[in-house]
Amino acid sequence: MTRILRQLAKLTWVELKIFLREPMGAFGSIAVPVLLFVVVGKLAWGDSPLPTEMQGSLASGLPIFATVLIALSNVLSLIAIISIYREGGILKRLRATPLRPQTILTAHVVVKLMLTAATLFLLVLAGKQFAVDELQVRPLSFAVAMAISMVSILSIGFVIASFVPTARFAQPVGAVIFYPMLAFSGLFFPLNELPTGLYVVTNLLPLTHAVALLEGIWTGGVWADHWFNVLALGINLVVCVFVSGKIFRWE
Amino acid sequence: MATEDLASHLRKVVDTGRAVIQVSGLRKTYGSTVAVEDVSLEVFEGEIFGLIGPNGAGKTTTMECVEGIRKPDAGSISVLSLDPRRDAIELQNRIGIQLQQAQLQKRIKVREAVDLWSFLYPRAVDGDALLDRLGLSDKKNAWFMTLSGGQKQRLFIALALINDPELVFLDELTTGLDPQARRAIWGLVRDIKQRGKTVFLTTHLMEEAERLCDRVAIIEHGRVIAVGSPTELVRQYCPQRSVVFTTEEDRRTTLFEQIPGVERVESDGSEVTLHGQGEDFVSAVIQGIADHRIRVKDFHTILPSLEDVFLKLTGHRVRE
Repeated sequence: MTRILRQLAKLTWVELKIFLREPMGAFGSIAVPVLLFVVVGKLAWGDSPLPTEMQGSLASGLPIFATVLIALSNVLSLIAIISIYREGGILKRLRATPLRPQTILTAHVVVKLMLTAATLFLLVLAGKQFAVDELQVRPLSFAVAMAISMVSILSIGFVIASFVPTARFAQPVGAVIFYPMLAFSGLFFPLNELPTGLYVVTNLLPLTHAVALLEGIWTGGVWADHWFNVLALGINLVVCVFVSGKIFRWE
Repeated sequence: MATEDLASHLRKVVDTGRAVIQVSGLRKTYGSTVAVEDVSLEVFEGEIFGLIGPNGAGKTTTMECVEGIRKPDAGSISVLSLDPRRDAIELQNRIGIQLQQAQLQKRIKVREAVDLWSFLYPRAVDGDALLDRLGLSDKKNAWFMTLSGGQKQRLFIALALINDPELVFLDELTTGLDPQARRAIWGLVRDIKQRGKTVFLTTHLMEEAERLCDRVAIIEHGRVIAVGSPTELVRQYCPQRSVVFTTEEDRRTTLFEQIPGVERVESDGSEVTLHGQGEDFVSAVIQGIADHRIRVKDFHTILPSLEDVFLKLTGHRVRE
């Protein structure tokens, strides 16, 4: 077990450095969102506090929407990287070592989470002037909810990344699986208005539980009300990790 | 097995050392394509063993089954007394692999790759010393994508040696390299053997096999058609020898035919070629030339090579 953690730590560190060396690596994933946020904020409102209508959308769905989009962009990027590694024979070379596939996938997930955390931290710093007093958000709770949601959503990416043969397949396969999930996640319309059959189906989708959990915690809900969402996301994680370990293709 | 058979078998085992790889009845198909029909072979401790044959003969598939990264359809494989599939992780810890077609992350540095690999194994040799030995010291901070073909191969050898393996697999190590880089790599492979490791390699270059390998198995259409040391194979399948010399004396061919062992004489102006067979042929000709006091200006021998053995056995040449 210690050896696996050592392998994971080392691989994560190397992959992080490699990612940051990509032409769009650090700049595209951290600098662009933060700059965009600062520039748009300045242009729209200068130094004045956030207008009321924006406060309203902040208080409700916007942060959840942003979180889900970040998670989806991470998952698509994970699938793309693994398929490039598979296509290029990098996975095959890694196979001829005592590495397990889960270690490789996890390393990439940790890299994604670290980059997301760094970006969000900078965004929070940059957005200090827009602080909304009425919000009852507990940042730590929301961060934990985000982490649980992202890891669980990324694990679906594990399964897809385990078999897509080339990078060209990665994007469409990801889109076909994630966009319908997104549509029925409860982000766009209340799910309890759906016919019973469809409602049950949406509750089988992990994204739905991620949205419910994030919304709940963001609007000041307590964990005790969301244990079922956490459980569902946990089950999704375990199943996806198990399945990807079974179907993982090195080449 | 009769007692004397068993005794002779045991003697053979003792003589040739411990078998570190035993393959028997290996078969592997991809859909309707039979990659490996039926391969059995043994590789002994401390030797350089070459699996040789043309592209598509089943060399890489055989090797990858032995390495445990491919699952055979049939047959049994034992490597260092382990089952390559069942004991995959334990086996990976004790062997080193260089794959025919592999890449690393484009922007990984040479030093980082060696460092990462040394974290993957329970024990590792000193990475800097290894890079030094392989002539990559000045490339430590270079990205993988900027390396030349020869440098990439040397890095892959470094990665195959990082865990101080007992057994090293090298698949088409010098394919695509220029002759100079190729020779440099041959030196490195001999060096691996000097350090007491067993080397199992594949190549379609007969010259490479002849220069490096203690023993080879010739593989064609997924079957092993001959096994032995290059010299043994040449002796067995291509016993013919030729001697070519030039002389300005006008000698009749009948004189040369009197030399013991000469089967055929060709003469073209001052150049004479004598054909015969067997180990003693060349010395018999030298003796004959001396006995007849023939003044010879130029003298060389043409000995058959593995290339000729392959041609003899298969009826065609190994194409590059």
